[in-house]
Amino acid sequence: METEFTPWLSLGGGMMIGGASVLLMATTGRIAGISGLTSNIFARKTKGEERGVSAAFILGLLLAAPIWFLVTGGWPQQWVPSNSALMAVAGLLVGFGAVYGNGCTSGHGVCGISRGSARSITATATFMATAFATVLITRHLTGV
Amino acid sequence: MKQIFALISGLIFGLGLIVSGMSDPAKVLNFLDVFGTWDPSLAFVMGGGILVTAPGFAWLTRRCDRPFFDERFQMPRRTDLDPKLLTGAGLFGIGWGLGGFCPGPALTALPISATGTLVFVPFMLAGMWLARHTPDPTVFRWKGTV
Repeated sequence: METEFTPWLSLGGGMMIGGASVLLMATTGRIAGISGLTSNIFARKTKGEERGVSAAFILGLLLAAPIWFLVTGGWPQQWVPSNSALMAVAGLLVGFGAVYGNGCTSGHGVCGISRGSARSITATATFMATAFATVLITRHLTGV
Repeated sequence: MKQIFALISGLIFGLGLIVSGMSDPAKVLNFLDVFGTWDPSLAFVMGGGILVTAPGFAWLTRRCDRPFFDERFQMPRRTDLDPKLLTGAGLFGIGWGLGGFCPGPALTALPISATGTLVFVPFMLAGMWLARHTPDPTVFRWKGTV
């Protein structure tokens, strides 16, 4: 399925993501890494205050689409793969990989690269490579 | 105060994901499909994020001793490249390429409740739990080669 190339909206949205990351760092001193914040909520050893800050950020994330709905009168446009088995495997790999590798697209890809972290640059290059390879295989070599 | 600003940050972050198109797996999968229906938009999302975060973080750590409502900036300090980082990132990329969702967009898209999202998110949380309970492979550990 084709999607429209949206350089300006994507740049603007990206800058909002960057602004949110800077705001979180400026006010709470924390990295806006979604996988880290999410797993903080559920980990037993997380301290109460830490859990509260993480949960508040994730709550904000969850409120974004409903607020979008209230303001624009419609849900954001999206197409989600409907193959449940595929989405289950994808979810498992994304969740496991992000926490095991200490970060995802936000923590490594935006915040980490911005700090010039060698670990984050390496992680981002690695997940980009395996993601490109996966789509190449599923869409062009096998047709899953 | 911290929680209020965390909530506002999360909200702006989520709206940014929606505006940028990243909460739509179709756009993500097309970004990854260079030899097919390629949509380079995602590069602009990441570029825009770094364009603001890099100078923002640099300014904060240079000008401020501490964040407004906490004692210190919790910047990661590790510089070594360990097998956990590479394995995790590699597996993460495969999952991202299969479903078109990474954690932020998946959570943002959750209230829209598409069937695929409703399957993805619980499995993602299970994967996170599993990763926290997987022991470190301490056998091959090497120090900052990059």
